[in-house]
Amino acid sequence: MQITLNNRPETFDEEEMTVSELLLIKNFTFRMLVIKVNGEVVKKEQRDTTIIKDGDDVAVIHLISGG
Amino acid sequence: MLSKLRHKTVGIAGCGGLGSNCAVALARVGIGKLIIADFDVVDGSNLNRQHYFRNQIGQKKVLALKDNIEKISKDIKVIIHDIKLTAGNIVSIFKDCDVIVEAFDDAEMKQMIIETVLLEMPDKYLVSGVGLAGWGDNNSIRTRQEGKLFICGDEKNEVSETNPPLAPRVGIVANMQANQVLEILLPPLPTASGSLPAGRQVPEGGEK
Repeated sequence: MQITLNNRPETFDEEEMTVSELLLIKNFTFRMLVIKVNGEVVKKEQRDTTIIKDGDDVAVIHLISGG
Repeated sequence: MLSKLRHKTVGIAGCGGLGSNCAVALARVGIGKLIIADFDVVDGSNLNRQHYFRNQIGQKKVLALKDNIEKISKDIKVIIHDIKLTAGNIVSIFKDCDVIVEAFDDAEMKQMIIETVLLEMPDKYLVSGVGLAGWGDNNSIRTRQEGKLFICGDEKNEVSETNPPLAPRVGIVANMQANQVLEILLPPLPTASGSLPAGRQVPEGGEK
């Protein structure tokens, strides 16, 4: 499948995957993330059940301390 | 053009390095009303980057910031909330704002307010500051838009013992947030060629 990840095209061998699987494959290990799939927020407890498929637009925002 | 700002309200969530400097910038351009929220007091260690003064050490940040803003402008209205912001009170405190500025220190708080605003106030513009520690590397600091959420900062430099938050980079991000607020609230500025800058997704005529 091909998706848009953080405004860039990305291709994966998988037909579809959960948000948790995407985070694992991309090695997004930050503790604090905000994730949007097609504009909708995916909360932490929804990551194992939310499916990403071809054409989806995914934003992963890494939140880091400092202000 | 700037007179439009007199009728606008901006919420500032956190009055540290980002919030105090962003609020001051917005006061100087003539924003009508600021709603500022923080539970902390001014500490001597804050003065390396936050818009406070030595004689304000020990004062509540919201009171000190209100004083400082009112020294700059007599027309601005500053509403203060001496409170720890939570998912439970953010909506009621900031519901009348045209734009909310996320200016927390802590990553967990940043996540909390972003998710709360996106889920419970989906029509609200939110301008967040993420990644500002250290010094140098000017060109890594930028703005990213995800719908009505704007992220200002380098998105990589976390504060640590070896990577402190310092006035220049914190000030850049705080002022970038203020500048983003203006872009949201005001009509687009024509470029030299007369066309609109690329990448703008704010409605023509600015936010209503």
